[in-house]
Amino acid sequence: MTVLDTPAWRPRTEAGPLLPDQEPFRLLGTPEAARLAPDLLTRLYAQLVRGRRFNRQATALTKQGRLAVYPSSTGQEACEVAAALALGPRDWLFPSYRDTLAVVARGVDPVEALTLLRGDWHTGYDPRAARVAPLSTPLSTQLPHAVGLAHAARLSGDDVAALAMVGDGGTSEGDFHEALNFAAVWKAPVVFLVQNNGFAISVPLAKQSAAPTFAHKAVGYGMPGRLVDGNDAAAVHQVLTEAVDRARAGQGPTLVEAVTYRIDAHTNADDATRYRDQDEVATWRAHDPITLLEGELTGRGLLDDALRQRAAEDAEALAADLRTRMHDDPPLDPADLFAHVYAEPTPQLREQAAMLGAELEAEQRS
Amino acid sequence: MAQALNQALRDALAADPSVHVMGEDVGTLGGVFRITDGLARDFGDDRCTDTPLAEAGILGAAVGMAMYGLRPVVEMQFDAFAYPSFEQLVSHVARMRNRTRGALPLPITVRIPYGGGIGGVEHHSDSSEAYYLHTPGLHVVTPATVEDAYGLLRAAIASDDPVVFLEPKRLYWSKADWSPQAPAEVPPIGRAVVRRAGRGATLITYGPSLPVCLEAAEAAKEEGWDLGVVDLRSLVPFDEETVAEVVRGTGRAVVVHESSGFGGAGAEIAARITERCFHHLQAPVLRVAGFDIPYPPPMLERHHLPGVDRILDAVGRLQWEEG
Ligand SMILES: Cc1ncc(C[n+]2csc(CCOP(=O)(O)OP(=O)(O)O)c2C)c(N)n1
Repeated sequence: MTVLDTPAWRPRTEAGPLLPDQEPFRLLGTPEAARLAPDLLTRLYAQLVRGRRFNRQATALTKQGRLAVYPSSTGQEACEVAAALALGPRDWLFPSYRDTLAVVARGVDPVEALTLLRGDWHTGYDPRAARVAPLSTPLSTQLPHAVGLAHAARLSGDDVAALAMVGDGGTSEGDFHEALNFAAVWKAPVVFLVQNNGFAISVPLAKQSAAPTFAHKAVGYGMPGRLVDGNDAAAVHQVLTEAVDRARAGQGPTLVEAVTYRIDAHTNADDATRYRDQDEVATWRAHDPITLLEGELTGRGLLDDALRQRAAEDAEALAADLRTRMHDDPPLDPADLFAHVYAEPTPQLREQAAMLGAELEAEQRS
Repeated sequence: MAQALNQALRDALAADPSVHVMGEDVGTLGGVFRITDGLARDFGDDRCTDTPLAEAGILGAAVGMAMYGLRPVVEMQFDAFAYPSFEQLVSHVARMRNRTRGALPLPITVRIPYGGGIGGVEHHSDSSEAYYLHTPGLHVVTPATVEDAYGLLRAAIASDDPVVFLEPKRLYWSKADWSPQAPAEVPPIGRAVVRRAGRGATLITYGPSLPVCLEAAEAAKEEGWDLGVVDLRSLVPFDEETVAEVVRGTGRAVVVHESSGFGGAGAEIAARITERCFHHLQAPVLRVAGFDIPYPPPMLERHHLPGVDRILDAVGRLQWEEG
């Protein structure tokens, strides 16, 4: 045995198959798209239209003071929708703060999905029931959770995969690295989706990473990297579905970079004109995910007035429902403050709860 | 104590298939302190797992595992090497129950060998309890006896809340009459124990400082001082009742710990004693703690760690008037 034959040296994986393609994968408008099931295309379409309307309504709710803040995903709806639709009922989604839309598309009640951003409580839904982790505000910290959950599912012999979403800025965080490394070493059934929307608040791509693409980062961990046009809903759906299937089949994690663009500002509170060029925004507007899909549907004779109208009506109903239910002040119980710190409150918490109770009683009397 | 901790892990793994031990070098090697010795061999790699070298990743993965119904027991190799995982601990582990309104409790035990006195070079001797006890949502416990090492660790693993389990590494090799076959009754997490009754003054301590305080109490007899010693065992929940009751009986208290005094656990304990027992106090509550310096190099650490003399000195400053 030579030194180079020992396990301590031998390369563990051939790098070639892990490398992403040069260009983002596209489906819409290509000959291949003709093979896509009409049902899938119309479902993606309905969800995109709903998502766009949701973003608009939620932003409006911030202006009315009904939401504390809203990070819009306008322009990125294809990633959001495909994320939700690529998962099976038993799979888990690990969203970041920008991914409310994916959470809603996965079936969580929109009002519950907005609980965090409304500010009346942190997480509004039951993560276990919804199989959706809480929206994560600290960047990338949810990624190792996805790995741990997927690993646990595999240990339990369950056929469950996890999809974790992160932004381009989030890829610079240490937790991103640790999560990818753990996932690859453990062959955990997890898929990482980087939504590269060009900016981390104001910081552009070139100041975030010197890697050829984010998908290239996969190679260093020993997992495949896939590059996809993030505004092509069909392409994102296909790439994510393949990655989820691969995970479930025990072949380990995949890193997917979806190249997209954040049309709105970082949040309603941000002024994007300070750091970016309006021509760039216009270029990306022309590459809009809804327009792209409409083109395909029209080409295949699938987009008739009825479909358009159904999608629009459904989106309007969602917005109306949001307006109505978000208009009411949420019922708040101050006792909740102490109810969920520990399974059993500490003596100190009991004392503080009693103090608050007395304060509230006094308030009511006066 | 190391053997008792190993036995506790062993018994927990055997009793509950959802318990998983993980960390750096915990598998074949059995951990750098051998606390997980033989567990991978006896329970398999999946139950006692060598992880990549990444503390945030270890604890972050444990969060996901706990979300899926497992009970991860995480080993951080040394006190100062737990710091990379601090964000996961504070931002997720401590508050997942709270932010999900009780839907996602995280039964994670984070074992951290802590404290000095073993001649470790820098970053191997920190006492980090103050960081943890300041974080609502975490339990913080630290055994000082062999029975407690076993009992508290079993209780921590069984707890539905995250527990930071601080292991006084200089007591790892402490011996006691302890039989793995017959673990003694151990009071639950959140209960302090009076290790020595005394009517003159009370030393309040925990973890590695307990043997020092017991030694000081013994030595104090020569001066005619009758010192009691309370072992907190758990910093969160804090057993205010026991502490207040004992201090009301003596009217004098010294809090002893080896971590830095400023902003330390002793400050909190002294403040609470003052609030609860003001009219019973014959003297201000004093603290004997490590200096407010980065942990010193091994050849100087004996000057930093509170020893018997410094404790007796403080007791003297309680303006002793027997009778
Ligand atoms: C650990 C951490 N640091 C800083 C922030 C503040 N912050 C919130 S969003 C953001 C930019 C994130 O950019 P990116 O990951 O590209 O996601 P995007 O907002 O574009 O979806 C920053 C710096 C944070 N939430 N968490």
